[in-house]
Order: sequence, then C-alpha cells, then structure tokens
Amino acid sequence: MTDRLDVRKTYKLFIGGAFPRSESGRTYEVTRPDGAFLANAAKASRKDGRNSVLAARKGYAAWNAATAYNRGQVLYRIAEVMEGRRAQFIADVQDAEGCSDTQARAQVDAAIDRWVWYAGWADKLAQVLGSANPVAGPYFNFSVPEASGVVVAVAPQDSSLIGLVSVLAPILVSGNAAIVVASTARPLPSVTLAECLATSDVPGGVVNVLTGDPVEIMPWLAEHADVNALDLAGITDDALATDLERAAAGTVKRVRRPEAGADWFADPGLSRIRSFVETKTVWHPMGV
Amino acid sequence: MTFEYAPAPESRSIVDIADAYGLFIDGQFVDPADGRTFPTVNPATEEILSTVAEAGQQDVDRAVRAARRAYEQVWGPMSGRDRGKYLYRIARLLQERSRELAVLETLDNGKPIREARDVDLPLVAAHFFYHAGWADKLEHAGFGPAPRPLGVAAQVIPWNFPLLMLAWKVAPALACGNTVVLKPAETTPLTALAFADICRQADLPPGIVNILTGAGDTGRMLVEHPDVDKVAFTGSTAVGQQIMRGLAGTSKRLSLELGGKAANIVFDDAPVDEAVEGIVNGIFFNQGHVCCAGSRLLLQESVADEVLTSLQRRLSTLRLGDPLDKNTDIGAINSAAQLERIHELADSGDAEGATRWTAPCPLPDRGYWFPPTVFTGVTQAHRIAREEIFGPVLSVLTFRTPDEAVEKANNTPYGLSAGIWTEKGSRILWMAQRMRAGVVWANTFNRFDPTSPFGGYKESGFGREGGIQGLGPYLDSDVVDHEATVRIGFGVTEVAR
Repeated sequence: MTDRLDVRKTYKLFIGGAFPRSESGRTYEVTRPDGAFLANAAKASRKDGRNSVLAARKGYAAWNAATAYNRGQVLYRIAEVMEGRRAQFIADVQDAEGCSDTQARAQVDAAIDRWVWYAGWADKLAQVLGSANPVAGPYFNFSVPEASGVVVAVAPQDSSLIGLVSVLAPILVSGNAAIVVASTARPLPSVTLAECLATSDVPGGVVNVLTGDPVEIMPWLAEHADVNALDLAGITDDALATDLERAAAGTVKRVRRPEAGADWFADPGLSRIRSFVETKTVWHPMGV
Repeated sequence: MTFEYAPAPESRSIVDIADAYGLFIDGQFVDPADGRTFPTVNPATEEILSTVAEAGQQDVDRAVRAARRAYEQVWGPMSGRDRGKYLYRIARLLQERSRELAVLETLDNGKPIREARDVDLPLVAAHFFYHAGWADKLEHAGFGPAPRPLGVAAQVIPWNFPLLMLAWKVAPALACGNTVVLKPAETTPLTALAFADICRQADLPPGIVNILTGAGDTGRMLVEHPDVDKVAFTGSTAVGQQIMRGLAGTSKRLSLELGGKAANIVFDDAPVDEAVEGIVNGIFFNQGHVCCAGSRLLLQESVADEVLTSLQRRLSTLRLGDPLDKNTDIGAINSAAQLERIHELADSGDAEGATRWTAPCPLPDRGYWFPPTVFTGVTQAHRIAREEIFGPVLSVLTFRTPDEAVEKANNTPYGLSAGIWTEKGSRILWMAQRMRAGVVWANTFNRFDPTSPFGGYKESGFGREGGIQGLGPYLDSDVVDHEATVRIGFGVTEVAR
C-alpha cells in the first residue's frame, strides 16, 4: 500500500454564510505547539470586521425573528453535524493544543454536548428569565428576555474548541448574532466549526468567524456603533481589555470582561446567557 | 364658559427645613472636611431653601470606609429576615411621613404637589415594601442557590424624581445585603437628607446608608473610589459613558439607567380622547423631566389632524404655576441650567424648520418655567427628534404603515420606552415585539411599579430596576465553586477572600 498524498484545506474566514479570504489578502502561519507547520490561516482586517458586522446585523434580523423552538432545533443540528465530524475535530484539537488523544476526545465530546445543552435552553429562557408582574393596578404586565443584537466575542486563547463553543452558544441561544474572533494561535478548530455551522441551517450572518489578531481587529469592533455587546473572554492583555471597555462606552455596549483561568468544562450556568439579553416589560390596561 | 379655580395651596408648615445640612456618614450628620457648601433653591420661587455640604475626597473616603465596615460587620452577617424587617420599618416610616416628604419634594424639585403626593411618595414606600420581602428569599430569585451581595454600592441619582430614585437604588441594594453610599443630585438633596432621618428613626445601624451631597465631582470621586464594588447610576447618557470609561479595567459591577427619546405611536383606530390623555401624561408629566417621556409623537397620517386639534385643545386647559397648588398640572423647571437647555433645543426646532405651538398659559414672574410646547413638521433629522430635551416639549412626526412606525420608533440610539395606541390586540403585540425598548406601554403611558422591571436597551443603559430582574444588578450569582465558601449569617454563602 502506497502513501497517498493528502489534499490540504485552505483555511478561510466565515462571513455572512460564505467563506471568503481576508479582503486584505493576508495570511499567517499556524503551527502545532511543537512548531510543525499546520496551515496558513486568513488574517482578518478591520474591513473584514466591518463586513462581519453588516452580515451579523442581517443575520440577527432573521435569527431573532425565528421561533425559539426553531432556534433550539438549529442549535441541536449543530451538535448532530459536529458528531459526524468528530474524528476531524479530535485531530484539529490535538494539532492545535498538542494534547493527548484522550484529552482531545474529552474536549470534542464536551463541545458537542454543550450545544445540546444550550439547544434545550432556547425555548425555556423566556420562562426562566421572564416574569408576570403583579403590579398594583388594573394592568396586565409581563417581562420577557430579548437578544441584545450583534455581539462580538473573543474566543479563549487556550481552549480551542470547548472554550470557543462555550462562548458562542450562549450568545446564539437567545437570538443574538455573533462575530467571534478565534484563538490567534489555535484557530483551525474554529474553521472546522464554521463548516459545521454552514451546513446546520444556521442562517447566513448569524455566526461570523474571524481568524487573526484581536489586538488589530478588536479596537474597531469595540467602537463600532452597530455592535451591541462585547465578550472579552479571550483577551489576555489587561491593558487591551481596558481600552476595549473604554471604547465600548461610546455606544454603551454591554461588556463581559475577560475571565482568566476560566474552567470551560464546568457547568456554565445562565451567567453568559444573561450577559447578552435585555428585559422588555409590556404594560396593558385591563378593563371592559 | 370658563371655570375659575380658587387657589388651593398645600401648607408647607408640615416641613421643617434646617438652615444647613452636613453629610450623613456612619449614622450621623458631619461637616465636610474642607467646609465647602452650596445652596439649594426652590425652582418655583428662586428662594434659597437651605445650604448643603459639598463632599470632597476625604468625605468620600470616610463614607466608603463606613459602608465597608457596616457591610463586613453588621449588614453582611445579618440574617435576611432581619434585613427585611429593617426595610419594612423604613417603608412604614415613609408612609407615616409621606405628606411631609411630598411637600419637601415639591419645594426642592418644583414638581406639582399632586404628582409628588399621588405618584412619587406612594411608589417610594411601595419599593421598600416590595424589596423588604425579598431580603430573606433571594435563594428563590433564580440567581443560583446562594447569591451573594456585592459589597459597597456607590449610587448616583438624578433630580427628576429625587426620593423615588433613591428608593429604586437603596431598596434593592439593601435587600440584597449591600451597603450604600448615595449621592443625590445637587439641585434636589433635601428629601435624601430627610431619608437619613428616617434611617435614624428606623434604628438602622450606622454605615449601612450614607448620603453624600455634592455635584458632578463628588459623584465622580464616589464611583471611582477603589473600595467600591458596585456602581449604579441614573442620569444622562453622556455622564453614563464617562462612568463606563472610568470603570473600565476594574472589577466593579455597573448598572446604568440613562436617557431616552421614546416614541408614542398612535394608530388610526385608537380612541382619540384616551390617546390624547396618554400623550399629555407621556410628555407633560413632571414637566417632561422623565427619561422615559414620550417625547416623539408618531401619528398615523390619516388621524394626525384630528389628534393634534384635540391635543392642542387639551393642552390649553393645563394649569401651570405654583407647584404647591393642588390644582397645578405643570410645575417649575428644576433649574436655570435645565431651562436654558430646553430653550436652546426648542430654538433649534425653530431654526431647523419645525413649527412651534405653545399652550396659552401665563408664566409666573419668578422661578423657572417653560410652557407646554408642541412642534409639528418635525423630521427624523431634526435635533428635537434625536436629542433628549428633558422638558415639556413634544415633537410630532407622522407615519403611514405599521412598518414605517417601527422603523421611525427604533431610529434612535436610545431604547428606554415606547407607547402604542390602538384598539387592535394583535397589532399591540406585533408592535411591542418590535420595539427596541425596555418598557412598552400599550394604551397607557408612564406607569411604574416596584414589581415591574424598568431599564433600557442600547444607549439608554443596562441592568433593570424593580421586579425579580432588578435584583440581579445587586447580586453576585457567578459563584460555582461551593467548596471555597464559608457560611456567614447572610442566609446564603459568602466566598472567603
């Protein structure tokens, strides 16, 4: 049996449901932790970031208008499609993190199971976070959670898949659209995930995945007026995080600060979902 | 035929205003370290009511220290049951002194006594009652089995509903086990200082509530104090943005309730008389000094003339004048600075080509006044359609289709509130779903209740006040590492630091 020469993949960005190269034409070399060459990933630019915001705003309109039941099914579908690509994800995570086969398997299994967990939340959030309010007067009054809009997230730098999914899924479940900047040094699992998203009935633009350097892209996205919220999970430089938070103040964005040493395998709770929902309260008089 | 109203003034003898007030720190009134003071005036007469202290850095340090000590030694270890009982006491004292506080609020703020008496004060007491009951039930509020307080809360409030904003801030903070340092607005400090006396009557242990009077500098020193864990601010979007920048890079938690430019949308099937009452209540309640005011009236084109005619007729009957008169509908503008801002924005409406209509009411000679004003022919590009005026000025726009109404209503960086007037239930729900606003009033406007969460989308801020959702900004629910926790008397668990 002869060794077959493998066909290698071109790793691109994921914007508006398509896989473009960076408009800047730039790439950067991605290696295994031992230094071996893996691929040239697209190096997203400011313009790619802006294009993503445009795509996300459109994606948000469709995604937010979908029924919660439908969103739940789509998120579950992501898990189904990932399950079919389990071997590829295990290889990707091993390459990215230099971890053992066992560790990579554990991470991929946890990531798939996390989508299943969040899928189930889609049609329960309004019941758990919402309320009927007994106001002192003849009014019907209720509160419901609603998506904040377009959320930009920096995926954790260390955890290439479970970290990424743990940040992305809670943004999507309530109806937000996301732009996620992947781990700079370990971006390839995010591209494989994007390929799953593209074939999981997630409307185009609902998730946009940028590979590259958050130091370069994030300042523009943090001050972008059509971005509603930031998740700075993967920002490791305190000074940069502070600058981004300051820039976000210009349009009163919701900001989730970086979490050093977060355990991405732990029970996520509702904290991340809560960070990217608003509460809407509706009043109506009662009478005949 | 016209009816003349005889004057019906509420007596001010019920209030006893001191010549000067110190800062309320650690359970007592103390003089400010550097001795600085400023006057507070009655905006209806320009009479100086009292002189209050201006807190400086040393005073802020002292107040935060007192709040920290009270948090660690008294309020934090106290059972939820007992915290709740203190809040119930406060609620009862507020009810007992309600008339006095209403008169004091009207004197210092300029709002009609009818509103202070019938809206502000009942809601103030209701907020304390509501939150008192939460104090020993927090583990049932959906923030995990053991939600913790955050610590010391720095709270800065505006001048439009002085005591009510205090209640919105202090009641949930205390119920959740935090201690507070609160700064009332510089033009309306008196009811907050009266609240200090209520804390004394309630035997609330020292340091749990501290009140620092002062202006913007005092507020900045307070929110940027390194030993503050939580900042809550209600006020302008510009100041909210400054606070956000100032807190960047810290671990302080923040909630903001900022400006608004709400659309009040009237469809062609709305009952005109009810809608007109709602429009009047939406923008002329509290002289329009309301962040959620319905300051953009969106009329469906086919009924625009009819509604406007009816609105102008109704506005012509409003009575502007002595806020202490029980017949007064429109009181005084809170300050000379605010009056100037209203003039400046209204003048921009003229300059940009909108048509001004002013209610025919005489203005008193002294004090700060602005008559009910309606601009028609307003476009979305006009400053009076984009910027918060915070005064009795209504901008009228028209629309043809529901989709256009949605587009125009949401075409603002703000997102605090919205109003919908139509008889069709399905249209109400369709519209309510599409409003990017935290509070939607359908066939009503400007209703408030402690059980009903209040707060904005977009640049109107984040976090909620009131309701079960309003507890979140004062609780740390992110604790998952239960093994690293120790029991304290709070009734929940506190992480060992």
